[in-house]
Amino acid sequence: MSTGTFVPAPGTAPLSRRVLAQASMEARLMLRNGEQLLLAVVIPVIVLVGAVQGADRIGLDLSGQRAVDVFTPGVLALAVMSTSFTSLAIATGFERRYGVIKRLGSSPLTRGGLLGGKVLALLAVEVLQVLVVGAVGLALGWDPRTDAAGLGAALLTLALGTAAFASLGLLLAGALRAEATLAAANLVYLLLLAGGAVVLPADAYGGFGSVVTWLPSGALGEAMRASLERGGELGSTTVTAWAVLLAWAVVGTVATSRRFQWE
Amino acid sequence: MVVEDLVMRYGDKVAVDGLSLTVETGTVTAVLGPNGAGKTTTLETCEGYRAPHGGRVRVLGLDPARDRRALLPRIGVMLQSGGAWSGVRAVEMLRHVARLHAHPVDVDLLVDLLGLDECGRTPYRRLSGGQQQRLGLAMAVVGRPELVFVDEPTAGLDPAARRGVWDLLGRLREDGVTVVLTTHYMEEAERLSDRIHIVDSGRLVASGTPLELTRGPSSGARATIRLVVTEPFPPDAPASLAAALGEGTEVVALDEVSLQVSGPADATTLGRVSRWCEEHGVLPESLTLGQRNLEDVFLELTGKELQP
Repeated sequence: MSTGTFVPAPGTAPLSRRVLAQASMEARLMLRNGEQLLLAVVIPVIVLVGAVQGADRIGLDLSGQRAVDVFTPGVLALAVMSTSFTSLAIATGFERRYGVIKRLGSSPLTRGGLLGGKVLALLAVEVLQVLVVGAVGLALGWDPRTDAAGLGAALLTLALGTAAFASLGLLLAGALRAEATLAAANLVYLLLLAGGAVVLPADAYGGFGSVVTWLPSGALGEAMRASLERGGELGSTTVTAWAVLLAWAVVGTVATSRRFQWE
Repeated sequence: MVVEDLVMRYGDKVAVDGLSLTVETGTVTAVLGPNGAGKTTTLETCEGYRAPHGGRVRVLGLDPARDRRALLPRIGVMLQSGGAWSGVRAVEMLRHVARLHAHPVDVDLLVDLLGLDECGRTPYRRLSGGQQQRLGLAMAVVGRPELVFVDEPTAGLDPAARRGVWDLLGRLREDGVTVVLTTHYMEEAERLSDRIHIVDSGRLVASGTPLELTRGPSSGARATIRLVVTEPFPPDAPASLAAALGEGTEVVALDEVSLQVSGPADATTLGRVSRWCEEHGVLPESLTLGQRNLEDVFLELTGKELQP
């Protein structure tokens, strides 16, 4: 008894539908996973509240600025790093392990569709993070003295930071086994959180400060703070930070496209 | 689909060693062989996952490595294992794959056909092996491909689930889908396939329809008659029975009370066996007649058991 259900009718869905399907799937899975959610939202909020309270208590000198105004942009940068680097690397590492990438590799998704979906999913999660971290910052008294140009600069910073960290995250996931990726991605995250000038401004690191601004973490943190603290008065340091992020993104993308395997 | 002199290596180890085979459009073709025969490697080359180290592969007229983009929407692939996120639900995963295709099969219907609704909200990592297999098959066919590759579709399934998979593969064939399956289950290959390629150590050892293969090289069906008697027979019994049966038959003693006769599958042979029993005062305990099956063919061709 044939019903014609399986009569061949092959075809690829439009790229936009494939990318949206992939993005919504990845975002849902990320938010459903407890550890990922911890990394994306809970840790940044704890860091923000802890840093603001701690700085007030020990009287940390932040060049005359209020702690919450320095740390909220920094934690936004941290949130971008946690999602586009650590979460992405871990998720992709396990996708390789479980044959998901191999499976999708034989579907009409295509490599571009997969990457597009991943980027869109990252941006969706980052929007959620910005809303949560921003709300907590405002509740703590954050006063973002910025304007439309500053907001635009912050968005550009977020996009460049995402591109740089995502390409590096994929490079890591493509080179190591899933468990090693998990360990390395978390380790790098902790190291950059402590010493990468993400949450703390680069000048808090003394002489080391000029070095960390060449790291993607330092560049992201500095550009985010400059965008949201000083608004339209963006100096050459901000432009340099963007250039640093762009350079990391290019290096990461080229290395990933050479090394990344579907399996 | 045409595979010509395919050679695939993993380091120094040759996995596929000059394999050639063809698959006709609209048929179900089984690639049968023991573990490590090179079945999966061959399939993955046809799916475009690996480029051949030697020889040539054409699938639907395309080069799977070079024309991958054009080929992928037209084929469906069922991997031997995995292929889904650990936290994804079965139906959610199937819907996702369906969305990547232009004219997918109705997901609810497919869920129904393969009994995937029983998976409910269970994440993939906690599904049983059989449920994961069935989801894998569903993902392979949901895009309405022209050709489906299924790698060991029923390994580890219980009999009911296995029948469900067989029914689905039967429906694919009725609807004109070409199916290439690897298996090491004889019954599966015999029941489902129009054509069988037997592969061992990366080489093709035999090809044909199930009937052609079980009939063997000589014309006319051959049968195996197994005679078990109540008391041990004298040592010259095999020779004596062979003489009584005439040319074209072979008799071997399996143990001291059983004899196996290979010969033409006809009433004459059977009659001569019973007459021989009568003449020699032998009382048969059982007399069974069976066609040579694929298992016998495989054993003859490779000297190996198909299943460990």
